[in-house]
Amino acid sequence: MTGMSLLWTAIKILVMVGFIVNIGALLTWYDRRGGAMMQDRIGPNRAGLKIGKFELRIAGLLHTAADGLKFFTKKDFMPPKADKLLFSLAPILSLFPVIALTAVIPFGETVVPESIVRTICKNGTQYAAMVNDACPAGFSPETVWPAVPRHGVAAGATAIPLQIAALNVGILYVFAIAGQGIVGAAIAGWASDNKFSLMGALRAASQMVSYEVTLGLTLVGAFMVYGSVRLEDMVLWQGENTWGIFVQPLAFFLFFAAAIAETKRIPFDLPEAESELVSGYFTEYSGMKFGMFYFSEYMEVATSSMLLVTIFLGGWNLPFLHRDGLTIAFGETMLFHTRMPHVWVVIIGVLAFFGKTILLCWLQAFIRWSLPRFRYDQLMKLGWTVLLPASLANIFATGIVWLAIQSAGPGAQDGLKVAADVTQGFTAALITGLVLWAIVGFVRTPPRKETIVGSSAKLAAAAGGTKEGPITDPGPITTEAA
Amino acid sequence: MIGTYLPMFLMIAVAIILALLFFTGATFLGGKLDKTPEKMKPFECGSESSGGNHLKLSVKFYLTAILFVVFDIEAVFIYPWAVQFKNLGWIGLASMFGFLAVVVVALVYVVKKGALEWEN
Repeated sequence: MTGMSLLWTAIKILVMVGFIVNIGALLTWYDRRGGAMMQDRIGPNRAGLKIGKFELRIAGLLHTAADGLKFFTKKDFMPPKADKLLFSLAPILSLFPVIALTAVIPFGETVVPESIVRTICKNGTQYAAMVNDACPAGFSPETVWPAVPRHGVAAGATAIPLQIAALNVGILYVFAIAGQGIVGAAIAGWASDNKFSLMGALRAASQMVSYEVTLGLTLVGAFMVYGSVRLEDMVLWQGENTWGIFVQPLAFFLFFAAAIAETKRIPFDLPEAESELVSGYFTEYSGMKFGMFYFSEYMEVATSSMLLVTIFLGGWNLPFLHRDGLTIAFGETMLFHTRMPHVWVVIIGVLAFFGKTILLCWLQAFIRWSLPRFRYDQLMKLGWTVLLPASLANIFATGIVWLAIQSAGPGAQDGLKVAADVTQGFTAALITGLVLWAIVGFVRTPPRKETIVGSSAKLAAAAGGTKEGPITDPGPITTEAA
Repeated sequence: MIGTYLPMFLMIAVAIILALLFFTGATFLGGKLDKTPEKMKPFECGSESSGGNHLKLSVKFYLTAILFVVFDIEAVFIYPWAVQFKNLGWIGLASMFGFLAVVVVALVYVVKKGALEWEN
């Protein structure tokens, strides 16, 4: 462990923790603001900074900061009969695993620090090597942004994977750490000395363990295809072939459903069903201790999105963009190739990873505001009799199809290679379309032509007046003769 | 070895420090609650709390936990096979199908036995 690699580790931890904490905070705002948009309300938009006459509101974005400050100034409460140690431990136990599990998630291409910027000596069209950090006479130093080869790292160069810890257990670490969240929820309810909390905690525990089985078994198909449990290997496979969603479509949807169930959000929010259980296992928590549960729920949304992106949506990959640059090729026919500077490839990759994560977070907020809540028996039935058999069937199907293709001969594999490139082209077209649609959506002013008329206003209009003004007497109502 | 695992422990340490920071902030910044009898009651939808502190709970929750242990351990057995699947070929697939068949039989047994009937 040299000082250089420690510095890089610190940078990576800063990026990851910074992202996860900020996206968690932003999601607490977006969940309310987006929900308001879907329900034709305005939503939170009041929090603002007043500087003189000028008020800074940024569409209510400052509500996250205001909420955080408010949480910290609330009085601390502990029920008199609560188990003091467990009651204090529970919020810590539910917050820390969410942050810790991001340690193995790769968020970018392997960086070669030497290849980011290089200085060469140039004189017209002649190049010369540097001697003692100085150019030979007649040559002037010039900065270049070199590209790197497509596969691997050149011998002798340092490679910094953009992943905090490249563990060889990979996804098993994620499961091990994510499992601690169950303990946090369960002891929060147990220690609270409140029957509703206890019920919420039991619901949370049995729901989370039920869906954890599905979560684990759906990924088996993905492991079979990628041949590894290391997350960076999965992303590399997807970059060379095709995104995981095209080889494991069923697993993607099963994993998505199970991940939403793990985060305990609508339609799976039975543990904190506020119409039945106040707010479930964290009913008795106040101030920032409640905030820790609340916050960790939103950060879980972000981490589950990150896992989905890494395993099924190509991680940091964008279609046709490889380590050495842009290569548009279908099978053996090369259409376009250009080398790109290493630094740009890395930056685009990191942005792509976080962009995809944000898109999936948005999708989860969208789902949260679209679906009604399950009943508890429906939830358990869905987990054990639909999702679990479907994930087992996925293992069977993946095994048979893969081996059948392997024994079908080289023709089938060449065909598959072309098909993989076609899916890349499809994804590229889809992303372009989405970006264009988003730009059009932002630029265009939404048409606001109709206002909803309340029933009292309608009645007033029918009686020949307005809701505010006096209603003129229409005289005796006559029925038309038939 | 240490180069691989030190960053992981650093990350876990950062996570724990963050959680502790939030926790100490929550404990000391807001001040203590003045303890009136009303505020000290367990909040159960505002209605008067009745009965003991803990409930008699449905045995189904316990059953779910047992089922989880059974199926999750099976998943752990499948992982090493899944990683080596490409090298094992048809024979490996056939043997895993034998194992999975037992899992499916167990699942069918559980469902038929009524372990997931929450209504009654």
